[in-house]
Amino acid sequence: MSLAERPGAAEPWRDPAAEPFLRIEKLTKRFGDFVALDEVSLPIYRGELFALLGGSGSGKSTLLRCLAGFLEPDAGRIVLDGQDMAGVPPYARPVNMMFQSYALFPHMSVAQNIGFGLKQEGAARSVIRDRVTEMLAMVKMEGFGDRKPAALSGGQRARVALARALAKRPKLLLLDEPLSALDKNLRESTQFELINIQERTGTTFVIVTHDQEEAMTMATRLAVMDRGTLAQVGTPSDVYEFPNSRFTAEFLGTANILEGVVEGVEAEGVRIGSSELDFDILAEPAASKPLGARVFVALRPERMRIERVAPGTPLGDNRLVGRVRDIGYYGDFFLYYVVLANGKEVRVSQPNLRRRTERPVDWEDTVAVTWDRQASMVLPE
Amino acid sequence: MTPRTRRRLVLALPWAWMALFFVVPFAFVLSIAFAEPSEGLPPYAPLLRWSGEATAVLQLNLANFQLLLEDSYYLDAYLRSLRVAAVSATLCLFIGYPMALAIARAPETWKNLLLMLVILPFWTSFLLRVTAWIGILQDQGWLNGALLTLGVIAEPIPLLYTDTAMYIGITYCYLPFMVLPLYATLSKLDPSLLEAAEDLGAPPWRAFLQITLPLSLPGIVAGFLLVFIPAVGEFVIPELLGGPGAQLIGRVLWTEFFQNRDWPLASALAIVLLAALVLPIALFQWRAGR
Amino acid sequence: MRGIGRLAIPLGLGFAFLYLPILLMVLFSFNDSRMVTTFTGFSLRWYEGLWRNEVLMGALGLSLRIAAISATMATILGVLAGFALARFGRFPGRAGFGAVMAAPLVMPEVITGLSLLLLFVAMESVFGFPAGRGASTVAIAHATFGAAYVAVVVQSRLADFDLSLEEAAMDLGARPWKVFAVITLPLIAPGIAAGWLLAFTLSLDDLVIASFVSGPGASTLPMVIFSTVRLGLTPELYALATVLVAVVGVALALALRLVRRR
Repeated sequence: MSLAERPGAAEPWRDPAAEPFLRIEKLTKRFGDFVALDEVSLPIYRGELFALLGGSGSGKSTLLRCLAGFLEPDAGRIVLDGQDMAGVPPYARPVNMMFQSYALFPHMSVAQNIGFGLKQEGAARSVIRDRVTEMLAMVKMEGFGDRKPAALSGGQRARVALARALAKRPKLLLLDEPLSALDKNLRESTQFELINIQERTGTTFVIVTHDQEEAMTMATRLAVMDRGTLAQVGTPSDVYEFPNSRFTAEFLGTANILEGVVEGVEAEGVRIGSSELDFDILAEPAASKPLGARVFVALRPERMRIERVAPGTPLGDNRLVGRVRDIGYYGDFFLYYVVLANGKEVRVSQPNLRRRTERPVDWEDTVAVTWDRQASMVLPE
Repeated sequence: MTPRTRRRLVLALPWAWMALFFVVPFAFVLSIAFAEPSEGLPPYAPLLRWSGEATAVLQLNLANFQLLLEDSYYLDAYLRSLRVAAVSATLCLFIGYPMALAIARAPETWKNLLLMLVILPFWTSFLLRVTAWIGILQDQGWLNGALLTLGVIAEPIPLLYTDTAMYIGITYCYLPFMVLPLYATLSKLDPSLLEAAEDLGAPPWRAFLQITLPLSLPGIVAGFLLVFIPAVGEFVIPELLGGPGAQLIGRVLWTEFFQNRDWPLASALAIVLLAALVLPIALFQWRAGR
Repeated sequence: MRGIGRLAIPLGLGFAFLYLPILLMVLFSFNDSRMVTTFTGFSLRWYEGLWRNEVLMGALGLSLRIAAISATMATILGVLAGFALARFGRFPGRAGFGAVMAAPLVMPEVITGLSLLLLFVAMESVFGFPAGRGASTVAIAHATFGAAYVAVVVQSRLADFDLSLEEAAMDLGARPWKVFAVITLPLIAPGIAAGWLLAFTLSLDDLVIASFVSGPGASTLPMVIFSTVRLGLTPELYALATVLVAVVGVALALALRLVRRR
């Protein structure tokens, strides 16, 4: 449920005149010799649910901690709603955070935890009480106000942590791997609840995660981070359908990478000759590159078809022939590992559409793998 | 207030206190160890003396250290202290290791209670617990009484004021210091390591020798030092339970100071005792640092 | 889970070794006879005698006062030092500070006592303070080594502390001193209490250092016990031991209950 499918959603990042709510400008952070953030620039718009996706050491957590104010960047600046955050300590920022460990204060009740932020502001007791009630209702935890965190389940703790972080109505909510401690089913239902709460409150969310499914399902836009830089920024479908590099193509989802040289532009599209294989790849004209350019083509396993053929069947345009080395059964789909004549391996998936049918393709079968030209993703780099 | 000022404020009080009441006193011990005893109060002659005009004369008196080296009484006390401490620590290890292992393997609900039982004697008066052993070991004591009643012995055997009594006393008092660090390492030991060893064909005793024992080495070293170090300077137990021959260095220092009022010699003994302790600690630090 | 199995035997023997002397003292504190070995009948006369023994009771009162004062000073010093060691990272002089804070733990009592006495004597001759020696010099000495124990306890408690709790409080608008007061302090309070109790017990138990730094007229309980024991055992001492065991037992039972309820 990315923003592209949400009803009536605007896409301010496609509008050059739109003013970003949060501007991250050339942010650099070093730890000794290690460059955790390397001149990262990123505009984030009001009401977004923005995901920072990356492996460990990619810099996503460092960026989050700079936004929260726990780390002071070495260079660059952070401007939130027109206010420069340089030198503003964490306790003075209109930014709140939901911690990975939830960091619920063990010696305080749920209500005291949720009311903690407002109490620091010196809010009146009645204001705090009303807000705590409102927040408990929002996360469907009515009646749990007097419990201690130790008496809550993992999912309940996550809700309290969210309620506490939203109780001050921050301009920006940071979420550090918020659902990583939950099991799979609970994680999925909580994801949608988070999205609902985000849409209802209109708060801008920045969420750090290493879970690509979580980023894809929740985010309006996401940034794939790699070694302190932004490898690619865009909506989940933009990044998945139009990856700009081998790194993002392989990081987000699964991709077969083939190498080739642009040989010509024809009526049907671009023709890419593959030297390592004995066939040509066809792609859409939009992906055109200068003649003779070396390119990588990424192919998603689910965009390819597989069928049994007689041994010795020749290769063709967008048509590979090989032998099935292995079949992975995932329940909802099969994943075929097909070895080509030169030893290269491609992965092809097929949905498991019918129950108890004989597998159309078996181990050691000779198969042809084909795909449409629009499935060939020519990587710009 | 910058973080740096805050830190300085936090550090200032403990630093000043420990410098005044722990570091500076050592300077006095060191300087008085080089002083000559005198009849006055305090019973030592100052190191710095004003001679005539504005010239100070620093007089270092090495006689105290010379005496410690030459008189075998002191050297014997020093060596005996090291031996008694090492034997006591070994005794503690042999009694304490099975206890610690048993507690580490006890059911979760029992562990806290058993640990509490190990610590509990520590919270009751040390001196009175040593006193209890006088009642047990003396000629008309409980142990001799029991043995006489049972007919094992015809007349009381002298136990109190012997080396045996001293070893029992030290082992008894310092046993918790051995059990606790041993328990700390043994309880962290992953039980699946032993299961893996047995799965691969090692009988329990071999699994113990090849897995448990080597992995608990840090606990053994820590426990040994925790018993050894205070035992070297121990005064009360040899004084109350040991015989007149049990002249350990702590007891000798006490006697020089309180009975002979030779403060400079007591200070020199303190320096020597300290030197004897720095060696094992430095060794341990070096081991731990690797 | 591997069971205790045959290890129960050495464990039982070990506990017998630890507790038999204490149990014998408790039993014989109720003995009717002056003989410390043969039980002739139940009596509370030694408790009565203890109550009327002004020297022992006076020393107990003095020792309790010294222990309370020195444990409180030790806690203040130890909390500051433990906090610095756990939280300040590599500040200049950290190695030296750590060594000075840890050294009293392994220092033989005879040396600590001797060195402090030499300091007090020198201070008196130069500044005229402390004028003579007594309860206050004992309290200073006990606070010094007590602080080292408190620092260790507080430091280890802080080492287990989840730092994100403090960050969360700061993120929600609490300033640094408030974070310390509202989050850190309450959560390390059990450690601080344990440190105070440890310093209190160590002070109450110390004979050697007190013998060095105390003066005439200020005999602590261990000093009185020591001189009594040297003259011979009396069942009054057993009665005193029994009272102490009972107090410690009750206190620990209460503490356990408090911990369980959390």
